[in-house]
Amino acid sequence: MAEFIDLVLLAMLALTALRIIFLKDLFAVVMLFGIYSFLSALIFVNLDAVDVAFTEASVGAGISTVLMLVTLAMTGRKEKQSTHSTLLPLFVVLVTGAALIYGTLDMPPFGHPDNPVHQHVAPRYIEESPKEVGLPNMVTSVLASYRGFDTLGETVVVFSALIGVLSLLGVRRKKKKDLESGLETHSVLHVVSKIIIPLVILFALYVQFHGDFGPGGGFQAGVIAAAAFILYALVLGLPKAFAVVGPKFLQWMASFGVLLYASVGLYSMYKGGHFLDYNKLAADPIAGQHYGIIIIELGVGITVFAVMLNIFYAFGSQAERSNVQ
Amino acid sequence: MSFIFDYYNYWIVVFLMMAGFYIVISANNLVKKIVGLNIFQTSVFMLYISMGKVTGGTAPIVVEGVTQYSNPLPHVLILTAIVVGVATTAVGLSLIVRIKQAYGTVEENEFENKDDAI
Repeated sequence: MAEFIDLVLLAMLALTALRIIFLKDLFAVVMLFGIYSFLSALIFVNLDAVDVAFTEASVGAGISTVLMLVTLAMTGRKEKQSTHSTLLPLFVVLVTGAALIYGTLDMPPFGHPDNPVHQHVAPRYIEESPKEVGLPNMVTSVLASYRGFDTLGETVVVFSALIGVLSLLGVRRKKKKDLESGLETHSVLHVVSKIIIPLVILFALYVQFHGDFGPGGGFQAGVIAAAAFILYALVLGLPKAFAVVGPKFLQWMASFGVLLYASVGLYSMYKGGHFLDYNKLAADPIAGQHYGIIIIELGVGITVFAVMLNIFYAFGSQAERSNVQ
Repeated sequence: MSFIFDYYNYWIVVFLMMAGFYIVISANNLVKKIVGLNIFQTSVFMLYISMGKVTGGTAPIVVEGVTQYSNPLPHVLILTAIVVGVATTAVGLSLIVRIKQAYGTVEENEFENKDDAI
């Protein structure tokens, strides 16, 4: 049954991608891309990657779609006809695709337990991580503990993406004389969003702190919390959202998250272990692992939240500026 | 039939990758190119997650009485890659916004001609 679901969902994904190629209306392209992300999330659930599905649904379908729509508001929604011939790209793609298909025939068959990918470090993670780290969710154990250094690097990359976006666009506080943004006249949206936003934030906190036991963690929680504030900014306008959490405060938050993560590593060195060696954080190694993982997940959550929201602020204030002019 | 099931996921991955690649090299609009890059990127995610799947296994969260789990390592790699992916997409989109401000267009064939004017 799982194979059949896989078959149908992947076919739908391929059809969505095919449709995106031929559409010239970019609004429809972005919407189809949102559907594409949701379909991928479903496939990830079917392939047992629940944490990944969670991330894809909140990031791919939520944040990227919003960012692309804001960009479209500034650049226009129609793609113009290209003057180049499409034959050469088609030829290149067909040749590359044929070579890759030929290459897949050497791949080990899908889902077989004896595949090389399952032989190296994975058995250790599956068998030892519940004892060594003491968490039921192996993905969180590997993410935050075994590969903690790697995750620190990823958090720094997310942080530097914020620096890139801010240096390209910048966030300017709105002046009083500018037009009021937000959807002031839509009472239904106001009422519904006021009910939904606290629940979304509550859910984000649940995802943040329950990530050790079920699917979830700092990355997903940060994105979900940012989505709640983005909804607030969309409905009530950027000036009111700036009054709740301003862009300057978010810049401090983003760097605070990364520093919190790194300081756990430094503290474990101070206690006589290696960088990010949580065993040394408390007298009992398992308790040390718990403290370490909760703190670094919090650091990841704070950084991801601040970066995503600040990126949206940068795009949003840019779009408002171009509308006013 | 089992031959098809053994390789079906990989073939779809190749198809998606080529669809994304085609959009990147043939699309005229820069926003559409970014969508193409994202499709390309998702196909790589799909490849990793497909490799991590074990038939008869379950999600890698410890449950009483389950012995066969899917491989958690690809999940970790892809989870962080998705968040980094959206961050880099944001940088790409903000570059597009600046291109629009500098050249007045985001269509490839139109700003090629304006290079000489600026």
